[in-house]
Amino acid sequence: MNGEVDTRGDYLQAIRTLEHELPGRNSWMKDLRAAAAARVEAVGFPTVRDEAWKYTNLAALMRQRFLPIASAPSFANEQLERLLPDGLDTYRLVFVNGRLRADLSSPTLGNGEVASSLAQQLRDHPGALEPHLGRVLPDAIHSFAALNTASFVDGACVRLRAGATLERPIHLIYVGVPEALVQPRTLIIAQAGSRATIVEQYVGADGDRYFTNAVTEVVLEQGASIEHYRLQQESGRGFHIGGLYVRGEAQSSFTSHAIDLGGLLVRNDLQVALNAVGAVCTLNGLYVADGRQHIDNHTCIDHAKPGCTSREFYKGVLDGRARAVFSGRVVVQPDAQRTDAEQVNNNLLLSEDAEIDTKPELEIYADDVKCSHGATVGQLDLDQLFYLRARGVDDAAARDLLTFAFANEILQRLRLAPLRATLERLLTTRLLQGRGIRELELL
Amino acid sequence: MLSIKNLHVSVEGKSILKGINLEVKAGEVHAIMGPNGSGKSTLVHVLAGREGYDVTAGAVTYLGKDLLALRAEERAREGIFLGFQYPVEIPGVSNIYLLKAALNAIRKHRGEEELDAIDFLARVREKLKLVEMKEDFMYRSVNEGFSGGERKRNEILQMAVLEPRLALLDETDSGLDIDALKIVANGVNALRTPERAVVLVTHYQRLLNYIVPDYVHVLVQGRIVKSGDKSLAHELERRGYGWVEAEARA
Repeated sequence: MNGEVDTRGDYLQAIRTLEHELPGRNSWMKDLRAAAAARVEAVGFPTVRDEAWKYTNLAALMRQRFLPIASAPSFANEQLERLLPDGLDTYRLVFVNGRLRADLSSPTLGNGEVASSLAQQLRDHPGALEPHLGRVLPDAIHSFAALNTASFVDGACVRLRAGATLERPIHLIYVGVPEALVQPRTLIIAQAGSRATIVEQYVGADGDRYFTNAVTEVVLEQGASIEHYRLQQESGRGFHIGGLYVRGEAQSSFTSHAIDLGGLLVRNDLQVALNAVGAVCTLNGLYVADGRQHIDNHTCIDHAKPGCTSREFYKGVLDGRARAVFSGRVVVQPDAQRTDAEQVNNNLLLSEDAEIDTKPELEIYADDVKCSHGATVGQLDLDQLFYLRARGVDDAAARDLLTFAFANEILQRLRLAPLRATLERLLTTRLLQGRGIRELELL
Repeated sequence: MLSIKNLHVSVEGKSILKGINLEVKAGEVHAIMGPNGSGKSTLVHVLAGREGYDVTAGAVTYLGKDLLALRAEERAREGIFLGFQYPVEIPGVSNIYLLKAALNAIRKHRGEEELDAIDFLARVREKLKLVEMKEDFMYRSVNEGFSGGERKRNEILQMAVLEPRLALLDETDSGLDIDALKIVANGVNALRTPERAVVLVTHYQRLLNYIVPDYVHVLVQGRIVKSGDKSLAHELERRGYGWVEAEARA
């Protein structure tokens, strides 16, 4: 237990040493930071004794004592090119060690739309950020999200003016740095009726050890529509704790595609507040883990007002000694009549030692609602396997094909075709040990 | 082509087939009829190589090979096709992908070149006409959301594209309306050549109005108790299975 207390102290000390570098000199920002630091100090970091962290033991992370570092090692354009999905034409912002690298980024937008450094925005337009930054996060937040608020140095800020439609996606790339605590912060403000696609990609060099502690807040005003991709491809030795917090106003539409392929120990919190009549969210998720990977997805959808719709579909493929957690909480508030909520979580276990803890959690306080949930955990279907073999496909290839198909059901939902193709390739390499399904791209 | 001698099969210790003898020559169509639970489906599944069946006695040769020593996928590549009674859904695997994988596995086994995408599609389109299916079916997941009739037609489509030497059709007629039945029958008749053979399993005589068999066998309690030509099917239609069962007991 001393370890935890000390780590808390280390982090708080780190916040103090960073203070001169932190953007945002206004009093509201200082208050926000101070409140967050106080929360870290008061609450400390979660342990398996906390219900929401029961299956995710952070001891290995806490022992590492990753701390922020001021200057990052070099990261070259060639390294970046390898990470980019083929044929994806985007507005691109690259962050190394949580700080914008303008030299690796593509030009920002015109016409009053903004996609740029959050630190820059905090200096230049604090008034535009004040109503939103740190306000989408719920009050009772865990200390990692609070730590990010207290001490993020930079990140991305996307602001879409009312009615704007972005044809090109915005691509935010966050690169981890060896032995460091990296804390990207993303703020997305979509004003009434605006539409955009945003890709957050978390990466690190193979074999690097580091800790990404990321927080993203998304505000959708009336009728706004955001399609959000989170591609978690951290190093196989990387730690990743990420929070995506969303607030949707009337008739807004939020779609999330959460793809977890990397990381050693990963925890994602995804919380969506459907805050006004007719708001809609669709949460798709895929986690693929092997070796000793641990991937924990905690989602929460809060139906606060009447007539909102949520769809949630997460799938997992686990091999080796991998372990995953899925917790899907859906709250229907007393006022939220005519709620329509569906949740499905399907898991495929490819080895005896792989393990999944899946837990739907419905809290319904209204009576006129349509809510459903279902979770499955299983191995490959023997009838499907025999069907393929009876058509001449050999056993190993049939198993690969069914495994790929299981996971691909999520990828098929991605609207960005180049990204989908890239992920299909990654997935075939990953699931089929390099044995590609050749015809896949042809057909 | 296919020679089954004294085949005994049990499932989880329960004896299902009790000495099947059957000779199928190239060019022939054999219908296997019988009451429910007589072992008809077991017979074709054993021939197709499904696991979970214990062959306790007997032998099966196919084109001179010991069929029972081959794995299911090897049998398929050797030209055996099983048309399923209940074709499964396979979400995430498109029909066209499965067909291409299957066809190329068979061609590779025969030492033939794999078909390129253009030739392959041309072949599929031609066969789609035969079973009156739209091309967009090809890009949907295997049998996902298909009606019963569509699934059966999809089986016949696969058979038409793969051009098997020996087709084993397990109650392909069950659950079909008359129009779908005719389409299925057309598909099977199109496959009838002097080099190929068909074994049809069916409960009803109805299908045999459209696919006229050379031989009809009646399977009762794991044994073929009566064989004859197509007139036997008509007699069964008229009189039911009771009298053959009685004869078998006598």
